[in-house]
Amino acid sequence: MSTAPVSGSAERFHEDWALLLSSDHGIAVHPGLLGRLVARTAALLHRAQQEEPFEPHLAAQAGAELVDAHFTDPAVLARAVELLQAQPVGDDRGPALTGAFAAGWAAALRERTLREQESIRAAADLARKEAERALRASEARFRALFESAAIGIGIGDTDGNILAVNKALQELFGVGPEDMTGRRVGDLVHPEDTPGVWEAYEELISGKRDYFQFDKPYYRQDGEVVWTHLTVSLIRDDDGTPQYQVAMLEDITDRYRLQERLRHQATHDPLTGLPNRAAFFERLEKLFEEPEPGARFGLCYVDLDGFKVVNDSLGHDTGDQLLSAVAARLKAALTPLGHLVARLGGDEFVVLLENCRGEQEAVAAAKTVLKALAGPVLIGDHKLAVGASVGVLERRVSTTTPGAAVRAADLTLYRAKEAGRGRWTLFDPKENARAVSRYAVSVRMPAALDRGEFFIDYQPLYALADGRLAAVEALVRWRHPQLGVLGPDEFVTTAEETGLIMPLGRWVLEQACGQAADWIKRFGDAAPQLNVNLAVRQARSAALVADLGRILDTTGLDPARLQLEITESTVVGPEDEALRTLHGLVDLGVSLAVDDFGTGWSNLAYLRDLPVSGLKIAGSFVGDLHDPGKDESTGWRIISGLVSMAHALGLTVTAEGVETRKDADRLRTIGCDWAQGWHFGRPVRPSEIARRIAEEPEGRPVGGGTGQGAR
Amino acid sequence: MRRPSWVPEGTDLDKPNAARVYDYYLGGSHNFEVDREMARKAMALWPELPQIMRSNRAFLRRAVTLLAERGITRFLDIGSGIPTFGAVHEIARAIRPESRVVYADRDPVAVAHSRLMLADDPWSAIVQADLRDVDDLLGRPEVTELLAAGEPVGVLLVAVAHFVSDDEDPRKLIATIRDALPAGSALVLSHASSEGRPDQAEDHQKLYRMTPTPLTMRTHEQITAMFAGFELVEPGVVYLPQWRPDQPEAVGEHPERMSGVAGVGFRP
Repeated sequence: MSTAPVSGSAERFHEDWALLLSSDHGIAVHPGLLGRLVARTAALLHRAQQEEPFEPHLAAQAGAELVDAHFTDPAVLARAVELLQAQPVGDDRGPALTGAFAAGWAAALRERTLREQESIRAAADLARKEAERALRASEARFRALFESAAIGIGIGDTDGNILAVNKALQELFGVGPEDMTGRRVGDLVHPEDTPGVWEAYEELISGKRDYFQFDKPYYRQDGEVVWTHLTVSLIRDDDGTPQYQVAMLEDITDRYRLQERLRHQATHDPLTGLPNRAAFFERLEKLFEEPEPGARFGLCYVDLDGFKVVNDSLGHDTGDQLLSAVAARLKAALTPLGHLVARLGGDEFVVLLENCRGEQEAVAAAKTVLKALAGPVLIGDHKLAVGASVGVLERRVSTTTPGAAVRAADLTLYRAKEAGRGRWTLFDPKENARAVSRYAVSVRMPAALDRGEFFIDYQPLYALADGRLAAVEALVRWRHPQLGVLGPDEFVTTAEETGLIMPLGRWVLEQACGQAADWIKRFGDAAPQLNVNLAVRQARSAALVADLGRILDTTGLDPARLQLEITESTVVGPEDEALRTLHGLVDLGVSLAVDDFGTGWSNLAYLRDLPVSGLKIAGSFVGDLHDPGKDESTGWRIISGLVSMAHALGLTVTAEGVETRKDADRLRTIGCDWAQGWHFGRPVRPSEIARRIAEEPEGRPVGGGTGQGAR
Repeated sequence: MRRPSWVPEGTDLDKPNAARVYDYYLGGSHNFEVDREMARKAMALWPELPQIMRSNRAFLRRAVTLLAERGITRFLDIGSGIPTFGAVHEIARAIRPESRVVYADRDPVAVAHSRLMLADDPWSAIVQADLRDVDDLLGRPEVTELLAAGEPVGVLLVAVAHFVSDDEDPRKLIATIRDALPAGSALVLSHASSEGRPDQAEDHQKLYRMTPTPLTMRTHEQITAMFAGFELVEPGVVYLPQWRPDQPEAVGEHPERMSGVAGVGFRP
């Protein structure tokens, strides 16, 4: 530090100098440090001004010291130069001194700037290297994860080129590292691929979805099939553009095979390898889920003749071998025709004809069965002659149910057995009803009503003009303990014959009227009209009018909301006593409709005299439109004629058996009022009707509109 | 979502960085063109910024000096950035030569710079950590070692808490640090104020939204609330120049123009 004497002007300079440095940057410097800096630099400048000879480097050093103390603001230099220039100096060294100071400041600042730039570059470089090292470490971790993962991993681009696969995936496919490169994802298709897997793949690589999962089979290099649980994810870049696809494949072959075996066991008969009873019913029920309009099916119910004798005399082993041989023959003969052969149990087999073209085809199948079993079967030393009886049923899907069909085929089989062995017999509805009646109906029916075995389903009738739920038809059902659920066609005839129709008919009226009144209470005008079938015997009963009057009173149902359906055979002539009953009913305020019109006598003259207000065209008229053997345009002309005729008589027309939207649309066009059939809904529980009333306040589109009607 | 720690942070030199911009305001050259461009824009809008930063730096000096005078020898400087001049260990050691300082910053370049500067200093350390991941920060070996002795620690959050958004809840983060501190420890806090120059605040925040470190200016009340659990020393939370000035005249006529508030509190 300088020890030179300080003059008066030097004191002033020191003060001004201290003031200059204590502002701006100076406030960030500790006052003690600042004081020392002021003293030191002021002394250097003083010596530069005063000492002989003139030493410009002292001024330069003062400038450098300012920079070292981080006085780097050019404003500081400007003020310092100003102050120095104002300072009186003995000779002409003033400009040189100031210049030296400025040059010292600038040179130091340049050095400092370069040093700092150097150090921040070094720092950036260090940071980048550190980041790269960390990235390499993380890449190494990812690579290890990829390579040593137990799950197969493959990476591809969005064009479907496979870019990399890990070891586990190579092992899964049985390939070497080079075998997969250059292959394309699309090459990995397999005939058993789950429907939808490739659609999902397309959506993924086009960026519409980010991931999907499927169970998918692949061919290994050696031709074996490996089943995998596949997860594919899409990798996008920072802008969201699809970049890569990553597939992860888990080998589930063992699990899959086990599942397949369990499924096979559950659906196949262990002795013969044929589909079992459960599998058969599953297939049959599937037929009924979404049938094509006019779809038909056939059943051959097969029972071996004399099997019990073989079993009893030659033993179960021989019996089992015989069954296996029979199964093999049936399978060989019928499977090529596209039919399903199943074992229902014991010596009972069934052949299912899906998409049957008609009775002839079903009969042909039955003949094939008999022919297949015609030759003797060689088992050990025994040459066994087996024969079989076959019950054949061929129906339109929409006319029956799986349970009723199998029961009918079974009963038809018994008729074949009774008629003598080794033959086939074709289902006959009348025979069937008689058989049902004989087997269980007539005996049990009286008690059934007391036991609460009857219940009522309701089938909707829609108004074609506005799609409104116009009416529901009450259809009685019998939950028979042995035969399952029976429809009215299976027991009503017996009920008429035995007289049970009277209490049963009354019960149906009570139940249905109560239900209809409840809907009206809940939904008001939106509730449908109620249609109830009236049996011939009921219509001839003098008590009916009084009974109905009482039921309407009890249930509170407005008679105008009730329509009774009679058949053409109810009234056979102008003097018929039933006419009086019918007029009595109309006087109560209920309306009448003729059901199944066109199937009976169809005497138009009587139609005019009957007190009816509605007519229901039998389902066979609409059904025949889909019969390839019948001319469709003629069918439509007949229906159109019936509609015009009914309208001429002032009757409301309902078409029954409507199964397609197209037919509904056409019926609407030709002016038919209401329609009923699977297109509009099957008979359902009352709760389902309530749901429809509530959910379809505006009705449903009948045709020419949007969706297809519910089935 | 925070990245898992084994995925490296990038060093993005194409974007302005708060630490290097701050250095430029203070007349340093530890910065790149992208930082200077950002700083020039900010200064065009708000010419006093360099002065504000100097005020902040002066506050740091006065506060560390106070802590050292009160016997604190351990410091944790969170968001240390690039200490252009007057680093905490230099200030503290002028009074307490045995002082130890752990610096923390989330910017890899600032950390690398400090590492180069501190390479020969056994009593200083730098960790790359983020205030917003306070558990990670407090769990670093350098930090646990600093706290382990049970001696008071001076924690500095100088011009850093305004880089924590409301969603990230700076009060909670500070409370977590507080609970980890031994009795007698101190919090040194300065924070951009939304009230000093309300006319400038919005534009300034908008500018920082373009950087990786957006800025949230807060009110005096909000900033005072960050001292929950600390006893503030006189004069409490005030504008930067008002906090224990070296000379009364150093406060100036418009301390609010310095637009930052600051305070020091001790943990009982």
